[in-house]
Amino acid sequence: MAASINDPRRHVRYHPERVGDVSSTDYPGHYPGEDHSWNYTKWKKNLVVRVQRLSDASIEFDLVGVDASIANALRRILIAEIPTIAIDPVFVWQNTSVVHDEVFAHRLGLVPLAINPHRLHYKGDDAALDSNTVVFKLHVRCERNFKAAKGETDPEKLYFNSNIYSRDLVWSPQGSQEKTLGSPPKPANPNILLAKLRPGQEVEIEMHAVKGISSLHAKWSPVATASYRLLPHIIIREPIPSEHAEKFKNCFAPGVIEIREEGGEKKVEVVNPRKETMSREVLRHDEFEGKVELTRIRDFFMFKIESTGCYPPADLFSESISVMREKIGVMKAEVEKLKAMAEGGGDEAMT
Amino acid sequence: MEFPPVYVPGSPKITILSGASSDLAAATYCLHHETHTLGNALRWMIMKNPKVEFCGYSVPHPSEPKIHLRIQMYDSLSSLDALLEALNNLDELFATIGEAYTTSLNDDTYESFEE
Repeated sequence: MAASINDPRRHVRYHPERVGDVSSTDYPGHYPGEDHSWNYTKWKKNLVVRVQRLSDASIEFDLVGVDASIANALRRILIAEIPTIAIDPVFVWQNTSVVHDEVFAHRLGLVPLAINPHRLHYKGDDAALDSNTVVFKLHVRCERNFKAAKGETDPEKLYFNSNIYSRDLVWSPQGSQEKTLGSPPKPANPNILLAKLRPGQEVEIEMHAVKGISSLHAKWSPVATASYRLLPHIIIREPIPSEHAEKFKNCFAPGVIEIREEGGEKKVEVVNPRKETMSREVLRHDEFEGKVELTRIRDFFMFKIESTGCYPPADLFSESISVMREKIGVMKAEVEKLKAMAEGGGDEAMT
Repeated sequence: MEFPPVYVPGSPKITILSGASSDLAAATYCLHHETHTLGNALRWMIMKNPKVEFCGYSVPHPSEPKIHLRIQMYDSLSSLDALLEALNNLDELFATIGEAYTTSLNDDTYESFEE
C-alpha cells in the first residue's frame, strides 16, 4: 500500500505567490542517517497503479510512488515515441478543388488511421513494399443534382459529393495485405471533413501510409493529449468557524468541500480533492490565514490519455512502457560493449 | 530489432567525452539519439546509488539529438558499472509499473463509459 498522504515530505506546497518544495529529496546523503538508496522491494511495496475511468477514446489512471522523472519519461514517450501509421507521400493525379495540393497533402497526413503498427515495418530508405506501406486512394468528383428542388440552397442537396470526408479514402490492398494486416485499414474517424467541392471539380489522389514516430512529425502521435496532474491535498489546520463555512466552501472548485451540520454548527470537510483546481482563492482571505494549507502530493500522478484511434486507449500506457524498455535494452547492450572495450585497456572508447 | 527512423543502426550509441579519469571514476558520457526521456530517468536512478558522488545530465543543444551524462564516483569506483546497474534497475522498475498497470486494468473495478 502507498505511503501516507499526510507525510509532509510528499507535499508540494502552494503559497499565495509561489510554489515551494517542488524537488524530490529522496536521495542518499540528503537526510543524515537515512537510507534512500534504490531498494526495489521497498519501492514495489509503495507502488500503486490504479485505473479510474476508461472509455472508447480515453483512459484515466493513477500512478503513485514514482519520481517525476519516471512519470515524465512515460508521458513524453506517449506523445512522441510510440509508432503509428500515417499518410506520408501523397501523389496528386488530379486536383481542381480550391484546396491547394500541399495543403490537401498536409490534411491527409493528419488523418488518424486505424492500422495496427505492429503489423508493418519501418520503411526507412527501402522501396515501398506490402510489408511497409499501406496504399489508399481517393477519387471524388462533384456533380450537379438535377433532381434537386427548385430554389434549393443546401449544397448537400444541390450537388453530389460536395464534401470529401475521411471515409472516402479507399484502401487498396497490396500483395498479401488482406491477410497480414488483420482488420481492413481505414481512418479511425469516418467523418473528418477534408475538402469541399463544387460541380466539375475533381480530386484524384493516391496516398502511401507508413510507420513513423511523432518526434519526426506530430501526425504520427498516437495521442490527442497525454498528461498528468499531481493530486491536490487540502490540509485544514484549525477548525473553520460556522459563519465562514459557506465562504470557505466557495473558495474551492465545486464538489471539493462539503458542509456537515453538527448540533446546529456547520463543519467543513474535504470530500473530493481531485476536483480542486488549485485557484488559491482561500489564501486571499484573512479569516482563513494559517487555518488551511494547500498542497499537492509530489509522487501521485493522475494520468489522462486520449487516443487518436490508432490504439485502444487501454493499450497506450503498456506501449509506452515497452518503448522505454526497448530504449533501455539498446543502451544496456551498448554500455556493455563500451565496458568490454574499456576493460580491454583501449582508449578507443574515448572520443 | 527494428528502429524508428531517428535512430541510425550502426552509429555509436554511447561515447566517453575527453577529460574522463583513466579509471572512469569520473566521466562524461555522450548518449546519442537520446533525450530528456531517458536522460532524466537515468540521472535519477544513478543518483539513487550511494556510491555515486555526483550525477547530472544536459542537452547541449536542442537541435542535436544527444545528451551528456556526467557521473562521479566515490572510492575510485567505475562509473560504467554504476551506469549499467542503473539501467538494469530502471528496466526492472518499468517492467513492474507495466505489470501493475495490466493487473489494475484486468482486476480493478473502474468506471467505463462511451464518448
